[in-house]
Amino acid sequence: MELDSLYQEVILDHYKRPLNKALAPNPDAQVHHVNTSCGDEVTLNLHLEGDRISRVTWEGVGCSISQASTSVMTDLLIGKSKEDALALVEEFQTMLQSKGKDTGNEEHLQDGVAFAGVSKFPARVKCALLGWMAFKDALQQAVKK
Amino acid sequence: MSSLDIAAIKADFPILKRRIRGNNRLIYLDSGATSQKPNSVLDAERDFYQNHNAAVHRGAHQLAEEATELYEGAREKVVKFIGADSSEVIFTKSATESINAIAYSLGNSTFGSRFHIKAGDRIVVSEMEHHANLIPWQELARRTGAELAWFKVTDEGRLDLSNIDDLINSRTKVVALTHQSNVLGTINPLGEVTKRAHEVGALFVLDACQSVPHYKVDVKSINVDFVAFSGHKMLGPTGVGILWGKKELLDAMPPFLTGGSMIETVTMESATYLDAPKRFEAGVPNMAQAVGLGAAIDYLNKVGLDRIHAHEVELTKKALAGLQTIGGLSIIGPKDLEMRGGVVSFAIDGIHPHDLGQALDQFGIAVRTGHHCAWPLMKRFKTVATTRASFYLYNDLEDIAALVDGVERARKYFAER
Ligand SMILES: Cc1ncc(COP(=O)(O)O)c(C=O)c1O
Repeated sequence: MELDSLYQEVILDHYKRPLNKALAPNPDAQVHHVNTSCGDEVTLNLHLEGDRISRVTWEGVGCSISQASTSVMTDLLIGKSKEDALALVEEFQTMLQSKGKDTGNEEHLQDGVAFAGVSKFPARVKCALLGWMAFKDALQQAVKK
Repeated sequence: MSSLDIAAIKADFPILKRRIRGNNRLIYLDSGATSQKPNSVLDAERDFYQNHNAAVHRGAHQLAEEATELYEGAREKVVKFIGADSSEVIFTKSATESINAIAYSLGNSTFGSRFHIKAGDRIVVSEMEHHANLIPWQELARRTGAELAWFKVTDEGRLDLSNIDDLINSRTKVVALTHQSNVLGTINPLGEVTKRAHEVGALFVLDACQSVPHYKVDVKSINVDFVAFSGHKMLGPTGVGILWGKKELLDAMPPFLTGGSMIETVTMESATYLDAPKRFEAGVPNMAQAVGLGAAIDYLNKVGLDRIHAHEVELTKKALAGLQTIGGLSIIGPKDLEMRGGVVSFAIDGIHPHDLGQALDQFGIAVRTGHHCAWPLMKRFKTVATTRASFYLYNDLEDIAALVDGVERARKYFAER
């Protein structure tokens, strides 16, 4: 079924057992993003240690795609340099906007490639990007401080 | 089953022949968002452009004459459909524009006018409003310094009228309420509210988006001051909506959009304005769309609103019964058929509506998921979204069975993975 290409095992796993889902106190930046078309919400706390992303924690409500994608993102970006993290966000975004053409580089995006199938469902692309856009925003705010 | 010949009706809607996501029959259960259009409506629009297109109320040529006749003919159809007088029916682009027209007109009223709204006044809405009947009032309150207050909604999804006399008090200038909730399906009892509103001298604005397309609404007998609805939810085209208002109010209110077609006399310094409806129809209107709406009304009349309503009640009964057999599913809104329309919202434990809607789409079933432009109502029910199925004259029991079966299949799909 075509649904299986959207709802990969990895996605449902992260949805049921999300990573880093509990806000850590005293972040360098906190952002709250909503998907205005469906009401899904993510609050994200970012902690930096010098140039490194030391913690990304979050809270949220929403569909499996938005919640799993945020979980996968935290796992991928924690420990990365700011620059590498931003590059990965770009890469993920490009894959999602490829309308199914870009299946993603697993070495870079790891579990993130499971979301390649989402790019064939235009209405869901925003769901998958919700947490990633929140991260990008948080990083910009933290750097400005 | 009902007396409607659904096979014949379905045949009038070419889109219902579409195959979806492979080879699934389209099961369209999203008429609450927008209805599908019968051939007669599509033909009427095409015929207007093909044979009669000209700017109405302008020009001395034959086409202008024909266009004007068709456009005004469409107005007469709306007039009869809702029991209005001819000069009380205003064509807008949508219900959203209709409601904004009232809010802006009131906001444009000068000090001393009976329509003037100021700090200390109150505007009353409800927690179950579509954003289209909430934000214009929030904005009017913000611009004028008036206070916004609202009816609460009970756990059952009914309007909580327990504090009506406090809520609608002597300071209340406007009460704006939906006739039927686009999320819960609840039909609001208007009598008590209009009575109280008029007791304190407030204007009553009815959002009839979800009622006028589905059952008889006679604007004179329900004792309201303004009514707004959209053509596209009642088999008509997009781009045309209706604002109905009592003639004596409309003629006394300041216009909202100004420009051509709505003036009486103009100098470089100032202008005087025509009476309703033209007072509120600035510019060349959406003519073909109005004509299409006229054809939609003909279609609804031919089938019969009473029969359509009875049919939808039957579909709703089956849907409520069927859906509630599904494990973990809860209905958001009334579970009985009393004062209730063909809109059913529900939630399933552990499955987000967006995911459920996606799975249903794979089976060819089109439902709405999300907050339904009623964010405060979602908060009221401690959720961010629901799945909503909404019915119309072209749906049948097979569609309802497919919905129930589809939801059960989707539930299993997510439970087992
Ligand atoms: C109850 C209600 N009010 C207002 C609207 C707004 O209608 P439109 O978007 O056609 O202006 C809708 C449409 O979804 C509705 O359901």
